[in-house]
Amino acid sequence: MSKLLEVKDLSVSFNTYSGEVQAVRGVSFDVEKGETLAIVGESGSGKSVTTKALMQLLPKPQGQIKSGEILFEGNDIANYSNKQMQKIRGKDMSMVFQDPMTSLNPTMKVGNQIMEGLIKHRNMGRGEAKQKAIDLLEQVGIPHPMLRLNQYPHQFSGGMRQRAVVAIALACNPKVLIADEPTTALDVTIQAQILDLMKDIQRETDSAIVFITHDLGVVANVADRVAVMYAGKIVEIGKVDEIFYNPKHPYTWGLLGSMPTLDSEEEELFTIPGSPPDMLNPPKGDAFAPRNEFALEIDTKMEPPMFKVSDTHYAASWLLHKDAPKMEPPASVKRRMQGFASTDDKDGEE
Amino acid sequence: MENEKLLEVKNLQKFFKAGRKNTIKAVNGISFDIYKGETFGLVGESGCGKSTTGRTIIRLYEATGGEVKYKNESVHGKKSKEDMLKFNRKMQMIFQDPSSSLNPRMTVMDIIAEGIDIHNLAKNETERKNRVESLLETVGLNKEHATRFPHEFSGGQRQRIGIARALAVEPEFIIADEPISALDVSIQAQVVNLLKKLQREHNLTFLFIAHDLSMVKYISDRTGVMYYGNMVELADSDELYRNPLHPYTRSLLSAIPLPDPEYERSRKRFAYDPADYDTDEEPEFREVKPDHWVRCTEKEFQQYQEQLNNK
Repeated sequence: MSKLLEVKDLSVSFNTYSGEVQAVRGVSFDVEKGETLAIVGESGSGKSVTTKALMQLLPKPQGQIKSGEILFEGNDIANYSNKQMQKIRGKDMSMVFQDPMTSLNPTMKVGNQIMEGLIKHRNMGRGEAKQKAIDLLEQVGIPHPMLRLNQYPHQFSGGMRQRAVVAIALACNPKVLIADEPTTALDVTIQAQILDLMKDIQRETDSAIVFITHDLGVVANVADRVAVMYAGKIVEIGKVDEIFYNPKHPYTWGLLGSMPTLDSEEEELFTIPGSPPDMLNPPKGDAFAPRNEFALEIDTKMEPPMFKVSDTHYAASWLLHKDAPKMEPPASVKRRMQGFASTDDKDGEE
Repeated sequence: MENEKLLEVKNLQKFFKAGRKNTIKAVNGISFDIYKGETFGLVGESGCGKSTTGRTIIRLYEATGGEVKYKNESVHGKKSKEDMLKFNRKMQMIFQDPSSSLNPRMTVMDIIAEGIDIHNLAKNETERKNRVESLLETVGLNKEHATRFPHEFSGGQRQRIGIARALAVEPEFIIADEPISALDVSIQAQVVNLLKKLQREHNLTFLFIAHDLSMVKYISDRTGVMYYGNMVELADSDELYRNPLHPYTRSLLSAIPLPDPEYERSRKRFAYDPADYDTDEEPEFREVKPDHWVRCTEKEFQQYQEQLNNK
């Protein structure tokens, strides 16, 4: 399998009046063709900033890529000029944003917004582009595309608007699709439709998807691999089954534990105490240590490296060191893991 | 008394005018009761009228028709200032967006104490201060926070301030309108645990409005499902999730993504299209099984009963 996109040790900082905010601190991951990588984490964990850096959409001049490489098909695009980037953005890499209300131009007809990229990147004439736009609207499941083409975003419902945004992102058959919380603002039923749509399109076009979300249910639905981010770092990365059925990092335990399942009967939800750290002065050592009931002494002094769990599964927690005391995940998370394991068996029998 | 009715909603309607000719029937005749000490969950997609219902119950909106009775007293209708004041003290609301529901120019102390001042619950400045500080501690903040402004807090903390404000007048009934939707997963669990703890300690009754079904299931004793201004199904939360009868409830349940990849791979989604169920008969809200209500036609009613008997 070829690595389509490779991010190596990426760091992004924002210069603000109160100092340098280290939003992303050394993130490395790669995405293969036809694969979906989900990045999960709380707000402020740096997941959105990471993807904005990929597309060079960081607010300039305060947002800056401090170090690291972004290899797209082998070329380092981190230092591309704006002009070079314009050739890639929207063509090879495109993006679906969170809020379809604000990511569409309210003064432009939806059709024109879809055709824009086609005319620019694929040198199509207006007529050809229009035909393609109609096809795209059909592909994303918008009824009456001829009519919809000439309407403005405000005439679309939320779900339809997000479909239009997906259509724009897909217009030039991108190799990488970056979806930044594409369903967070939508209802569950609409969300399920959009997720199905994205999966169908991926099957057809074999594009890679980087999917940002904080909803672990959505992750379980779409992802092949999962990266968990905390305080600007990836703390655990692995195949979706490894993350959900065999999580190793206490933060992942906390995330999984704090979501009630439909059959959970527990009195109290497992919570991660406190709130995420201030990235103006990131804490010394393991950034998660102050909120971690399993923290070891070393956590406050030294940052844990990525420990290998399996060939595809890595986690940054001192608990995985060979000298670390054996720690069990909290009971509620363990039960959950066992519950998952038992549903596994049931599925196998059927 | 387990089954004392605290709130009775009868055929409540709330219409909005949209232009001269059109009316939007946001809430189109819904009825339900809320018992003392329970948590009643209200779910549905955006625009189904669940927030309007909550706001009409607390009289942020005047009802177009129908009745809301709190402890056998009508909420709507003409009231003296004193009556209104008394009523407002019993019922409080927690809003969805903690950043827009707190006045940015007021300190946390003043925000929380506003109700205390209005109802003259504190005799002097020291008592007022003590009350606010103890409220802050109840919701898991500390008393140094009292002099700060809302923008100095994170989303989860702001929601806690909103909760403290609601608790300040010692209400019996709290309407929580999507109190956790704007918060992060890890913070959501904190706030939900806090609400549960407060309910136990202060013997509160909750109306919990949300679109996150797994959270609603977790927190509520009974759940009502709304669809386009109507209540389509109402039952004990467990019963509702085990035996969803109305096709809309089934489609909602089948759409919730669960944090379980194995389940997600095998999941079959069930789409609801009201056109598939269109009949000439106007559906009515019927009790299919004790305490399990579904909006259905006569024919569907019998079909549902059979379905339940065969289980």
